[in-house]
Amino acid sequence: MSFLRLILTNLRRHRVRAFFGVAGIAFGVAAMLTVLAVVLGAIGMFRNILETDSQYMVFERNVSDLFFSSVPESNWQAVAQMPEVASAQPVLFGIVNAPGHPVITCFGVEADNARIGAATWIVGERADFGREADMVYLGVRAAEFMEVAMGDRVEIGKGMFRVGGILQTQNGFEDGGVFFPLGLAQQYFHREGLASIISVNLKDVSEGDAFRVRVEEAFPDLVVLANEEFASNYSQFKILTATAWAVGLCAFLLGGMSVANTMTMSVFTRIREIAILRVCGFSRQQAATLILGEGFIIAVLGVCLGLLSGFGLLLVLQHLPQLQGYIQASVSPYMIVGIFATALFTSLAGSIYPAWFASRIQPAEALRYE
Amino acid sequence: MSEYSITVQDVSKSFDDGRIPVLRNVDVKIRHGERVALWGASGSGKTTLLNLMGGLDLPDSGHLDTYGLDPSLDAHRLQLRREVVGFVFQLHNLIPYLTVKENILIPAIALGVPHAEAESRLKETLEILKMSHRIDHRMQDLSGGERQRTAIGRALINRPKVLLADEPTGALDEATGDVVFELLRGLAENIGVTVVIATHERRFAEACDRIFRVHSGHVEEVVR
Repeated sequence: MSFLRLILTNLRRHRVRAFFGVAGIAFGVAAMLTVLAVVLGAIGMFRNILETDSQYMVFERNVSDLFFSSVPESNWQAVAQMPEVASAQPVLFGIVNAPGHPVITCFGVEADNARIGAATWIVGERADFGREADMVYLGVRAAEFMEVAMGDRVEIGKGMFRVGGILQTQNGFEDGGVFFPLGLAQQYFHREGLASIISVNLKDVSEGDAFRVRVEEAFPDLVVLANEEFASNYSQFKILTATAWAVGLCAFLLGGMSVANTMTMSVFTRIREIAILRVCGFSRQQAATLILGEGFIIAVLGVCLGLLSGFGLLLVLQHLPQLQGYIQASVSPYMIVGIFATALFTSLAGSIYPAWFASRIQPAEALRYE
Repeated sequence: MSEYSITVQDVSKSFDDGRIPVLRNVDVKIRHGERVALWGASGSGKTTLLNLMGGLDLPDSGHLDTYGLDPSLDAHRLQLRREVVGFVFQLHNLIPYLTVKENILIPAIALGVPHAEAESRLKETLEILKMSHRIDHRMQDLSGGERQRTAIGRALINRPKVLLADEPTGALDEATGDVVFELLRGLAENIGVTVVIATHERRFAEACDRIFRVHSGHVEEVVR
């Protein structure tokens, strides 16, 4: 029998105790994975909407949320006329609800917008976009959960519209949202003559800095960001990411405390046993390593169980009809490494005190009084 | 090499910050391969003396030497427990959820004995103890005598030079106690290990080569 085998035997023969430690870590891992994957997935989806076929984004300076950004039509017309600009497409964002569906994202776009051009039209044709005054175009998931088909009347917020087409973009927000012709969206959201952002493509991307200077000089109320700059600077993304990590870390703290509790109780109830090991020649380091080893195995098992549970939960969330397809989990290798490292750190940190305590046990004293 | 395997010189030991004196200026010398009894009533200090010899406790004063190692030194104590001394306790002190095999192999794990060597020693030890048929049984499945034989096996697995047995028959019925005692006595004869037995039973003490009577913290050899 090896040292490792002794560790495994200890855990196997104390299954309930080990299970609680594993479950604590698994809970932390699953919570962190789910929260991070959902939040980062949502950020990814939103970024994807903004980045579709554009290099730069122009929006109102100092707004906390793009939904509150207002770019006047005169400005985007002027931007579109700038010599380095190949295309400038306005988009107006809005959020409404529909009966039984608390959140529906609305996109007001012009007929030549690249994102509806790149979409797969399940029903209807892009050429008809905006042809009828009261028509809106639903994402495929929105059509499913609203249970409407082409030509049906649909209630969105306080308005009644007809379904002019159903399209699919593979983006959760868009497929669960509604596309309005820009004019109709401006009218509906009472934002006549305004867009939330302008998606800009340049003729020569190396002209980006000159473009930025020109726009910001001409329109001090606007800000120009390259797509990658936007992803790293947009405060909503930062807040969401920080919140996700904070929630995840809290879950881990609970998991770590569960391991600390499990291992401390384990050592306190095994004082005699550890004393026997010391009598049999275990050094202080070996006694401590035994406890840390048990903590490590609990962490590894907890991570595996937590990842399995987390992925299972994400799978369920992605297919839950109530979530309208808004969940598109995004899991990166860095996230897995981060979660693994955090789990390992918390459970080892939770095992340090019990391990130290175990290493300090005086065999004769423990056998005398236990 | 010294004529003696264990030397205890002018050793005193007390507990509770000196309020409970247990051993007073004790002198004991034990030769290689001897079977020695520390004989005395409960609470006389036998266990404390054994613990001092094996490095489980530290003396307040005096000098100890067990096979050239000083049990009061940190650096020597671990080596003493791993390679020189094997302990057998009255209450077995086995780990209940481990099997006979796993319990016996614990000291080999501590010492880092290679797997094949440990298995070979285990087989040999189980044969000496006549416990081969119980190898995968856990403690709750064993009789008192079998548990004590397992504890002896654990004490022998690292081939110690000294076996320190603290009331090894104390928790056994008379017949089983006799069997365990004969086993311990036989070890000294057959494998040359020095055996020190703490006992309150005169008949076991008299079966040893020498007897040290422990009484009120004093130790004196019984001349026969």
